[in-house]
Amino acid sequence: MYTEQMLESMKKVEAAREKNATLEPRRMTAEEKDALLKTYHPDYKEGEFAILQVGPNKGEKVPTELAALLQGRSRIRPADIDLSHPDYDTDVLIIGGGGAGASAAIEADNAGARVMVVTKLRMGDANTMMAEGGIQAADKPNDSPAIHYLDAFGGGHFAAKPELLYRLVTEAPEAIQWLNDLGVEFDKEADGTMITTHGGGTSRKRMHAAKDYSGAEIMRTLRDEVLNRGIPVVDFTAAIELIKDEAGRAAGAVLLNMETGERLIARAKTVVLATGGAGRLHYQGFPTSNHYGATADGLILGYRAGAKLLYADTLQYHPTGAAYPEQIFGALVTEKVRSLGAKLINVDGEAFMHPLETRDVSAASIIRECSDRGKGVSTGNGMGVWLDTPMIELLGGEGTIEKRIPAMLRMFAKYDIDIRKEPILVYPTLHYQNGGLDIDKTGMATQVENLYVAGEAVGGIHGRNRLMGNSLLDIIVFGRSAGRNAAKTAAATESAPLTLSHVDAFMAALDEAGIDTGVVSPKLLPNYARKK
Amino acid sequence: MENMVHVFLMGKRYEVPASLTIMGAMEYAGYQLIRGCGCRNGFCGACATIYRIQGDRELKACLACQTQVQEGMYIATLPFFPLVKQVYDMEKISPTQQIMMQLYPEIYSCIGCNACTKSCTQGLNVMQYIAYAQRGDFARCAEESFDCVMCGVCSSRCPAGISHPQVAMLARRLNGKYLAPKSAHLADRVQEIQNGTFQELLESLMGKPISEMQELYNHRDIEK
Repeated sequence: MYTEQMLESMKKVEAAREKNATLEPRRMTAEEKDALLKTYHPDYKEGEFAILQVGPNKGEKVPTELAALLQGRSRIRPADIDLSHPDYDTDVLIIGGGGAGASAAIEADNAGARVMVVTKLRMGDANTMMAEGGIQAADKPNDSPAIHYLDAFGGGHFAAKPELLYRLVTEAPEAIQWLNDLGVEFDKEADGTMITTHGGGTSRKRMHAAKDYSGAEIMRTLRDEVLNRGIPVVDFTAAIELIKDEAGRAAGAVLLNMETGERLIARAKTVVLATGGAGRLHYQGFPTSNHYGATADGLILGYRAGAKLLYADTLQYHPTGAAYPEQIFGALVTEKVRSLGAKLINVDGEAFMHPLETRDVSAASIIRECSDRGKGVSTGNGMGVWLDTPMIELLGGEGTIEKRIPAMLRMFAKYDIDIRKEPILVYPTLHYQNGGLDIDKTGMATQVENLYVAGEAVGGIHGRNRLMGNSLLDIIVFGRSAGRNAAKTAAATESAPLTLSHVDAFMAALDEAGIDTGVVSPKLLPNYARKK
Repeated sequence: MENMVHVFLMGKRYEVPASLTIMGAMEYAGYQLIRGCGCRNGFCGACATIYRIQGDRELKACLACQTQVQEGMYIATLPFFPLVKQVYDMEKISPTQQIMMQLYPEIYSCIGCNACTKSCTQGLNVMQYIAYAQRGDFARCAEESFDCVMCGVCSSRCPAGISHPQVAMLARRLNGKYLAPKSAHLADRVQEIQNGTFQELLESLMGKPISEMQELYNHRDIEK
């Protein structure tokens, strides 16, 4: 499968394998990391960001592609929409059918609320399903929520909102217990001890996993539970605007049947936005590890309704996206591969960095290796570095790969690459939206009452970079609490007449600022169909 | 000039680059996908696809996002399959053989044709995991079925009308909840947190200036 040129380089990787496998490369100092990020991380690239002219974050920079959508035109004309006969009427409306939405649905149902889920694809078509490596929780005797806090706070460049991070780390063990009680299978020793590993930037081994299908195992279990409870799930139905009430509170959404184009109105007492990330916007032309629907819809909806964004200018580029073969370009190669001992190796067979630096640092380091240092491997489609997977079996024994990362084995085997025997080529891929809508510690958007946000659509939990395994964790912790709190608030909410005046106001503000980005938003799906 | 092949999407002929996946070929042909496309990375089962190579009798199944096109490929997507999903209360059921008998009795009508295994897009031994389920051996059923993406192709091929992915889902949940060993350290930690053991320490961390946090972070001890 590999080209002659790749095989040449691979010989050097093989020759150095034994030495590299046992090497413990030095970790970078804080100063080295800062300099590396400023020079090579895409977040620092000039010319890729635009300043918002309208809305709650006016004057702040966000990626150019996101700015176009945030300041795009609505898919509706409010005057055309009849809000007086809602098609759905519920207490809690959950927008998004991933891990956060499902967790919220289960807890809102537990709290006795009427709840419904709308999702533009199917329940479970979400980044949760694709999370491979694991979920963090400080539940081992040598660990504590305080150490977890320090790891995440430092890894996120000391920018996380402390009250959110506090909740993330202190509710983590209970989240694992909740999942386990729902029937999620975690990797365990015979005595029940969780098998845990490191992730980039962790100081304790606290990564819990279900092989390398961790997110899939969690998602399919949550989905099964939502179905068992008979919670209505309206699939292939996107939310295209939030509806507010005359008291200014979130009170429903305008929906679009993705297949028939029919518009529907859902009225609710509270709304949970759990719409996920933005990888399919392909910031800076990067490929992505994200699912098909990751187009930042919730950010657009929330922003138009007056909710503020936090850290929307910081994205996570996962250091190890597949760089070759082209059929899987950008697909996620889980960090667990490095947790299990594989190192990053350049064209000359050198282990050029510690394999478990945080993701932003690792990605920047790979970009440096492939650019200024000229030590990348040409893939025909760009550059990459080796991720020396055979080291895993060298260190952990034969069979480790099949047992611990079967999905990775399968993904490459389809292209005749046996990762037990041959290393693979990787390059950073757009993976995660670090920023999102600003929430308070109850999960409510800071500027819009009765609007809860959970999952990747939230900003501030992780600061400016997220550690591996803290996202599967945050969707559970904040998804559950959004569900509980949305149910509680719904019970205390008296309905008021509905309105879309915020959409009119936002469009008027765009006109006034003379902005026409030429796009309608939310985007809903990427345009991959070839135009002829 | 790119190397091209001819494929038949729902019977209609298109010329597409040979390097593409089936999903890529559909988009190359001009389809804007809505159904039949999810994670695009082999984890979600949205893009189950059945195909036959011109001149070949054998019907094959795959995930469109994970399979490269071939010359003469007749492609039919299976974006939805009506699996039977029984509802149950996880708190009230128990991991006994009877539960399968009650919820999914059709598994006992398996005629052993192995069409499920032959069609599995993940290459799993589906008939074997159903056999484990029949015997009430949920731990083995869970292990054997673990990589299932619930695409439903197996069920589309089953003469006994079994919804294999849902049977396996039940087995895995029973195994995860009731059969797998309990994690004592997890229960202990949850209890400690409920007792407020770490609260003071965390609150002191939250109150520290950033410079002090940087010191702590840069000099923290990292487990080998």
